[in-house]
Amino acid sequence: MQESAVINRYKSEVKNLSFYYGTFNALKNIDMVLHDKKITALIGPSGCGKSTFLRCYNRMHDLYPGNRYEGDIVLYPDNVNILSPKVDPIEVRMRISMVFQKPNPFPKSIYENVAYGLRVRGIKQRAILDEKIEDALRNAALWNEVKDRLNHLAFNLSGGQQQRLCIARALATNPEILLFDEPTSALDPIATASIEELIADLKDKVTILIVTHNMQQAARVSDYTAYMYLGELIEFGETDDIFIKPKNKQTEDYITGRFG
Amino acid sequence: MLAKYPVNLFIQNPVSKELPSKKEYVGKLGYSYRRKIHERFIESILFLSALLSVVIMLAIIMMLVKESVVFFKHVSIWEFLTDTQWTPLFDDAHYGILPLVAGTVVSSAVALLVALPLGTIIAIYLSEFAPFAVREIAKPFLELLGGIPTVVYGYFALLFVTPLLQLIFPELPGFSLLSAGLVMGIMIIPYVSSMTEDAMRAVPMQLREGSYAMGATRFQTALRVVTPAAFSGIAAAYILGISRAVGETMVVAIAAGMQPNLTWNPMEPAATITAYIVQVSLGDLPHGSVGYQTIFAAGLTLLLITLIFNIIGHQLRKRYREIY
Repeated sequence: MQESAVINRYKSEVKNLSFYYGTFNALKNIDMVLHDKKITALIGPSGCGKSTFLRCYNRMHDLYPGNRYEGDIVLYPDNVNILSPKVDPIEVRMRISMVFQKPNPFPKSIYENVAYGLRVRGIKQRAILDEKIEDALRNAALWNEVKDRLNHLAFNLSGGQQQRLCIARALATNPEILLFDEPTSALDPIATASIEELIADLKDKVTILIVTHNMQQAARVSDYTAYMYLGELIEFGETDDIFIKPKNKQTEDYITGRFG
Repeated sequence: MLAKYPVNLFIQNPVSKELPSKKEYVGKLGYSYRRKIHERFIESILFLSALLSVVIMLAIIMMLVKESVVFFKHVSIWEFLTDTQWTPLFDDAHYGILPLVAGTVVSSAVALLVALPLGTIIAIYLSEFAPFAVREIAKPFLELLGGIPTVVYGYFALLFVTPLLQLIFPELPGFSLLSAGLVMGIMIIPYVSSMTEDAMRAVPMQLREGSYAMGATRFQTALRVVTPAAFSGIAAAYILGISRAVGETMVVAIAAGMQPNLTWNPMEPAATITAYIVQVSLGDLPHGSVGYQTIFAAGLTLLLITLIFNIIGHQLRKRYREIY
């Protein structure tokens, strides 16, 4: 009974997670949860481990030698620790997608960029691709701008459009969790606003974890906020609570701008 | 990450310590002749170095064109381009460049069939798959392969590869385009693989991460993202490989035989343009004779062929320049 309630509310649970770049201990004993179909923001000063934590979620650290995870990130409803060496990182990345800080479209057409994840999964039928690509581009609020030039090179788009294309690319495969690593830090305020709006709209479809430097952004878009400092999770809770009445003095100092 | 750098990097900078105090430089804004002359001097040295290579290039072209004009006074361009025999040294002299072009094309084609696929595969392995230690050892060895004198490759072809091939094809003659082409291919591999690898490694990591984050495997990432992103560099590597194959002299002169022979069959002996030029340059033909003059026409043909490939390469690079 209690177990099923947990499963319904949580998409994922982080249990005593530590992470090491070689001997450098970048994350220290983090315990946290991701609520299903909610937006969770990670805030904190530069170098506090926000991005490192985010990149644990899709096992990005596996790409570089000398990195080590300790502890669990449990994914529901499977109830499996995705950091376990027995879990193939590619399987994890098939279900947990990521949007990066700087838009990184592939040197391909707009269509092929969004099709990439589907093609990697072996989908070849044109009708299915067409449909999923249109859906993804619509969900990323990009369809109307690009529907007449799907065969153009993705680099011809503006920065904000490129980032929405990267979001469409991540959405095309119907991920369960979408990771955003400071997705607006390379964009101008207007593009930032449209991406924020988009993230808020996506909440019904997917669980979102977003790293941001911008506290207003965290306050605007997120349901839950985690404040990190020097690799530790200082405070985690509902965004309103964190921003209006933080329990921890450090969190309060950071949020009110006295530090950071 | 920051811990890698000395913390007070900027404070320790001696220049900032020794900046003159405000009093010393206030009111001294003006024209510095010394600096101006110094800059001009450096600029002219750089300009002259750049000029030198252009001048040498023009001198070579002028020499080839001038001597070829003399040749084409005796032999019509039409005959040069269409005659199927190249026998300038015989009494019944024919001046058709086609046999030499065919020899060059066939030997280069064999070489490129070896060098381009193998070079690319090696580059993909070294850039995308090899662990750091393997790459650090394999790359110098590979580059050493490019440092072996071509004459050694020539004898390697003649005395090792040809007998080996004769075990498989007993009818293969002692000199053949196949043997020369294969060895030439091995010789070109390092050029292709080294440049291709450099181009692939220059692809930013964030593009690879984007691909991995979509659930792609290493192989999918290498083939579908890194290779297209590095396309212009890879095209440049291929063009360099082609130019090397077309211009290669020693291996074909030693292992392919020096008989001009209009054939598209790699199992036959034939002369290439370069092999013919060597033969005549080292021979005892009197300077100024039509026979001697032929090497300039042949040289001009070779130059035009490589020029065409360079132009194609340039166009490819312009069209698919790195855009990431």
